[in-house]
Amino acid sequence: MRESSSRWLRGWRWAALASLALLALFLPLPVNATTPVERTFHIQASQFAYTPAVLAVNPGDRVTIELLATDVVHGLSIDGYELEATADPGQTARLTFVADRQGSFRFRCTVTCGNLHPFMIGKLQVGQNALLWRGALLSALVVVAGLWGARK
Amino acid sequence: MGGAEVNKLQGAMWKERFLTGESERSSSRWLGLPERIDLYRIPWIRPLLYSRWPQFLARALTLAGFIFTITAGLLGSRVGSHNFAIIFVWIAWWTALKLAFIPLGGRSWCSVCPIPLPGEWLQQGGIFENSRGRFGLNLRWPKRLKGSWLQSGGFLLIGLFSAVTLTDARVTAWVLLGLFGLAIVLSLVVERRAFCSYICPIGGFTGIYAKTAPVEVRVIDTAICAAHREKTCYQSCPWGLYPLALRDSAQCGLCMECLRACPSDNIAVNLRPFGTDLAAERRGSRSPGRLDEAFLALVMLGSALAFSAVFTGPWGALKAAAFAIGSPAWLLYGLGFLILNLAVLPGAFATAVWAGQRWSGAKAQLRSAVAEQSQVLLPLGLFAWIAFTISFAFPKMNYVLSVISDPLGWGWNLLGTANTTWSPDVSGFSPGLQVALLLVGLAWSASVAKRLAMTNTGRALRQMLPGLAFCLAFSLAMLWLLVG
Repeated sequence: MRESSSRWLRGWRWAALASLALLALFLPLPVNATTPVERTFHIQASQFAYTPAVLAVNPGDRVTIELLATDVVHGLSIDGYELEATADPGQTARLTFVADRQGSFRFRCTVTCGNLHPFMIGKLQVGQNALLWRGALLSALVVVAGLWGARK
Repeated sequence: MGGAEVNKLQGAMWKERFLTGESERSSSRWLGLPERIDLYRIPWIRPLLYSRWPQFLARALTLAGFIFTITAGLLGSRVGSHNFAIIFVWIAWWTALKLAFIPLGGRSWCSVCPIPLPGEWLQQGGIFENSRGRFGLNLRWPKRLKGSWLQSGGFLLIGLFSAVTLTDARVTAWVLLGLFGLAIVLSLVVERRAFCSYICPIGGFTGIYAKTAPVEVRVIDTAICAAHREKTCYQSCPWGLYPLALRDSAQCGLCMECLRACPSDNIAVNLRPFGTDLAAERRGSRSPGRLDEAFLALVMLGSALAFSAVFTGPWGALKAAAFAIGSPAWLLYGLGFLILNLAVLPGAFATAVWAGQRWSGAKAQLRSAVAEQSQVLLPLGLFAWIAFTISFAFPKMNYVLSVISDPLGWGWNLLGTANTTWSPDVSGFSPGLQVALLLVGLAWSASVAKRLAMTNTGRALRQMLPGLAFCLAFSLAMLWLLVG
């Protein structure tokens, strides 16, 4: 009797954890409803940094990036968006797109510009980074699951 | 005795000798698999392990590749992405090491590593076997320098100079040449593979994470070893290990010499469940753990954080500081890197262990508790490195095709792939995969922590909680750096 109730309790706990994990995975995060706007960013590219390196926009915004290369030729492509621009030294290249994918995306230099070229990286933040929040929630749940069942 | 009987006897010996953790036994049972499969008893694998030829050919190949890499580094383009040395060492090999060699084969890379090869040949006076014409002083390695302290130091040096070492072909070539020379010199001065055991930072990296891997070399019947006077396995081991005394797989370089030297066919090369060495009880008592290994595990965590920030983060000033060696900015970067690795992480982990001990009322001394509980950090660290590699190396895989065709960056196009711009688009799945990998590492660490705590104290939850809070904080930091 005692054994069956403890088994039931254990099963109930795991079911609760699994439900919380599913919630963390699929529950829609609160969204700040904003009207899409036009945003223009002037980015200076120099060995081996973009300034500014972090761009924050809202989903649906029409984004224009003006890329100015200050030393050597630099490029810019955004992970997840099939876009690319190349700027010669002292010149500005322009890139316009609608930020229709939500999340955090790295943008990278596309023209070999020196030793640290493969690591010349910036970040485009479109709305909330749901993956980060869900990852954090699931990490906390993993720890709770690890602690669960340990004697107090 | 037939193969089936040997396996049966071996299974019985293992059950008697190694009381493995609960989850390990149950996972094997769920899957309906034996706890260990001795690969050396599989007819087609046996000759591959017993003969020295396959291993020799692999090592000859890696030695040729190593010499070519140094040549390319010294003579080829200084632009890293156009030089075979940079792309093959830091993109191809470094990725293969973390994604395949270590998680699946433990120290399997060490069994084909070319760096100690010439020194070993000189040391043993022959290519295959020991001869009378041995070179070297054959001195013992100083006791004070034993353990993985120097390897941790080596890894910290890699971290301090990483932005240059990983991107400048000349520097990479000189580092490899330096390691090569040091390995040869040490082989001529001290006995056996002192360089691999105590100096090589990659040896430290592979060794500590080899504890999580599903491969081990172990003795089958301890009584046979005890009765064997000559100890030919110990005599022939280039690493100076006695197979009967192996506690885990951190030190064994999988060279298979013990297996070849054993006159009783008493050595097994086992496929085992992942993480068997972690929190495993032996003869009813827990492996005490070592403080040097705890420090190495923490250095690996600190380096994973620093590498992720420098190489995958958007902070140009940090990259510039890490690259400008000798500048005030680099000194500041170096100071931060050392404080993170020598003070912040060890201090936070020691505090967590201390809190857990105090809260649970466990009696163990802090030093031994830190050493023992550092095993919890191994799955966490291994999966953090794998997750980092996904964003570090995958977007740059197109360079591999490019440098195969033009290894020196001299404008050649030997295979017609020099101008390849195609790169695998991993942006769609890599962030999700990185999150999943970090979660697996954290879950595995939590399971190790639970196994340790459940056998240590009646208040397991209290002992685990601070340590897991440390692991959670590390995971969240990696999450933020990689997908934030």
